[in-house]
Amino acid sequence: MNADATPILDVRGLSLEFPVFGGAVRALNGVSLRVMPGEIVGIVGESGSGKSVTAMAALRLLPPDGYRVAEGSLHLGGDDVLAAPESIVRQWRGRRAAMIFQEPMTALNPTQRIGEQMCGVLRAHRRVRSRDALAQAESLLRDMMIPDPAQVLRAYPFELSGGMRQRVMVAMAFSCDPDLLIADEPTTALDVTVQRQVLQLLRHHARERGTAILFITHDMAVVSQLCDRVYVMYAGTVVEQGPTRRVLRDPRHPYTRGLLDGLPEGASPGTALAAIPGQVPDMRHPPSGCPFFDRCAFADEACRQRPALLPLDTDTPEPAAAGEGAAEERLLACWHPLAQPAADMPGERT
Amino acid sequence: MTIMDLPMAPGAGAGQQEQDLVLEVRDVRVRFPMVRDWRGRVAQSAHALNGIDLRIRRGEAFGIVGESGCGKSTLAQVLMGLLPPTEGEVRRQPRGDGRPANVQIVFQDPQSSLDPRLPAWKVIVEPVVVRGRRAAPGRDSRSGRAALRACAAELAVQVGLRPETLDRYVHEFSGGQRQRIAIARALSSDPDVIVLDEPTSALDISVQAQILNLLQDLRGRHGLTYVLISHNVSVVRHLCDRVAVMYLGQIVEQGTAAAVLETPRHPYTRELLDAVPRLDRPWTDGAPAEPVELPGNRVLPAGCFFRERCPWARQGCERPQPLLCDADAPQHLFRCHVAQK
Repeated sequence: MNADATPILDVRGLSLEFPVFGGAVRALNGVSLRVMPGEIVGIVGESGSGKSVTAMAALRLLPPDGYRVAEGSLHLGGDDVLAAPESIVRQWRGRRAAMIFQEPMTALNPTQRIGEQMCGVLRAHRRVRSRDALAQAESLLRDMMIPDPAQVLRAYPFELSGGMRQRVMVAMAFSCDPDLLIADEPTTALDVTVQRQVLQLLRHHARERGTAILFITHDMAVVSQLCDRVYVMYAGTVVEQGPTRRVLRDPRHPYTRGLLDGLPEGASPGTALAAIPGQVPDMRHPPSGCPFFDRCAFADEACRQRPALLPLDTDTPEPAAAGEGAAEERLLACWHPLAQPAADMPGERT
Repeated sequence: MTIMDLPMAPGAGAGQQEQDLVLEVRDVRVRFPMVRDWRGRVAQSAHALNGIDLRIRRGEAFGIVGESGCGKSTLAQVLMGLLPPTEGEVRRQPRGDGRPANVQIVFQDPQSSLDPRLPAWKVIVEPVVVRGRRAAPGRDSRSGRAALRACAAELAVQVGLRPETLDRYVHEFSGGQRQRIAIARALSSDPDVIVLDEPTSALDISVQAQILNLLQDLRGRHGLTYVLISHNVSVVRHLCDRVAVMYLGQIVEQGTAAAVLETPRHPYTRELLDAVPRLDRPWTDGAPAEPVELPGNRVLPAGCFFRERCPWARQGCERPQPLLCDADAPQHLFRCHVAQK
C-alpha cells in the first residue's frame, strides 16, 4: 500500500454528539481511521461502539439537525465532508462512496420495481438514456451471479429472497463505480451459506475494480476472512488497529482479547466461556479515562488517564510477513498492552 | 435401520427408555394452508415439517441447526404445544404429579416476546400464575403476592439480575438483561424442558458469552433439558450433547454434537459447516459461487429433498431417503444413501 496516496476516507479525532433531553450522548469520542484506495478495512465492535455512526457520518447521512460535531475532521477523497454543502455531498454519495445497509428490505423502495430503482441511481449520476440504463442494470445483476436478471429487474423487492435482495443492493452500490463502499453489517440477516456467497461477490468485485471497502460487523470470523486491516472500536473510540491476521492472532488490547476469548469457537464444548464482565459505559457520561476501565482486569491508576492511540512497540519479534504494512500500522490505545499471545489463542487453533 | 427401531442406548431396557424420555415427537407433519379454491378447499399448502421424529432424553441438551425456512421455529412451536401438528403426535412424559412435562420457551428477541406493560417481576412469575401453582391459595391476597414477588427475586439473583431492578419495565433493561428476564421467566414454573429459540443471536459477542455461561450453569443446577434451536453452529457445538440438522422440514442428520459437527456425513451438513466463517480458516481467492437457496416448500421435491443442490446427486436419489446409520456408529443417523459405507 502506498503510504503517500490520498486516503479515500480520512477520519481524524472525530467526536460527535447527539443532543438528548438534559445532555448529550457522545456517540463518537475521538475516532481516527483511514481507508486507502483498494483496501478492505473492517470495523468490529459491539452495539453502541459507534461503528454505524462513523459510517453514516462519512456520507453525512445522519439527520442534519440531530447531531453536533464536537471536534475532529472527516475527509472523503481529500474533500471535507463536514463543511461541504448538501448539493455537493449528494453528488459524492453513490459515486465517491456507496453504502450497503444491513436490512435490504428497508433500504429498497417497496413500491418500485428493482429495475426502476437501479436505473434511478444510474441516471442520477450519469447522463444515460433509460434503455441503456436498463441494459447496464441487467449486466450489473448478471455480474452478481443472479440467474435471471431480466426477471429480477421486473420484480418488486418483496418478491425476492433476502440473499437476492442483498445481491441487488451490492449491484446498486457498484453501479456508479465508487471509490469506497461502506457495508454496514451487510450479511447479518442472512444465512451462513448465502452470507458466504454475498461476501465472496463483494470481495471479488472490489478487488477487480479497485474499490475500497469499509466493512462494519460484529463478527470476528467474517473480518478474519474478508479484511486486510481491522479497527476494533469500543465506546466511540478506536482501541486497536492493525493488519487483520496480526490483530486477531495477537491481540494486545484487553478488550480485543476479551472479544476473542468470548467466542464459543475458541473454548472446548461445555466449559465456561471467558465473558467480559459488566456492560458498555453510558455514553451520556463518557468516561474520562480509558473507556474500558470498568471492565478491564488490568486496570489501575494509570488508566484514569485516557490512553492515546499509539504505535505498538515493535521490540518483540514479529514475523516479517511480506506484503503486510509497516510496523507503525499497528496502533493501540492501552496503558498495559498484553504480552505475546498465550498458547490458547483461538486464532492458532486448528 | 430407521430411527424408530433403533436402541436408545446400548444395554438400556425398554422400560428404562420410556422413563428417560421427556419429549417424544412421532412423524410430525405441519402444513399451513396458503391458497384456497372457490369452495374454500385448500389448493396449496406450505409444507413446514415433513415427518420429524425426535426423542429428547431427560437432562440432555439437544441442538437443532438449519437455515432459515427449514422449519426450526415451527418445530419449536410444536414442541411447546403452541401449534398442533397436522399429522403425527407429540408426547410429553408425565411428571411426578401426573401432569405432562412442563415445556417453556425463550425466544430470540426478548424485546418483542416480553410484555411491555408489566414490571419485570410480574413478567417473570406470570407462568406460575398461569399454571396456577403457588398462587392457588389466595391469588389476590397479600401473602400470595408477596410469595410471587419473593420467587421472582430469587430467580432474578439466579440469572444475574439485581432484585431491586425488578419494578422496572422491560424497555428499561439492556438486551442482555432482557434475555436474562426471559430465562428467569422460563425457569419460574419449574420446567422440565426449556426450548431456546435462537437465544443469543440478537446479542453482542461479550453478552452472548455471559448468557451461554448462564444457561450452562442453570442446566447443571436445575437438571434442565434444553432444546436449542440455532443457526449458529458454534453455539450449538458449545452447549449441546446431541444435534439434529434440518433441511426443508426434515432431519437430514442426527447424532452426538461431536460426530455431526466434526465428522459430518450428509452433503448438506458438510455444505453448511463449510460456509460457517472461521477465524482460523482464511478464504482462498476463488470466483464466487453460484447462488443456491432453499427450495420453496409449496411443492415438495420428489425423492431426496437435497437432490437439486447436492454435489453427489446420482441414481438412487430419486427415491425418498430414510434416516440411516452405519453399523459401527448406530447413534449417527443421516438421510443419504451415497454417504453410507
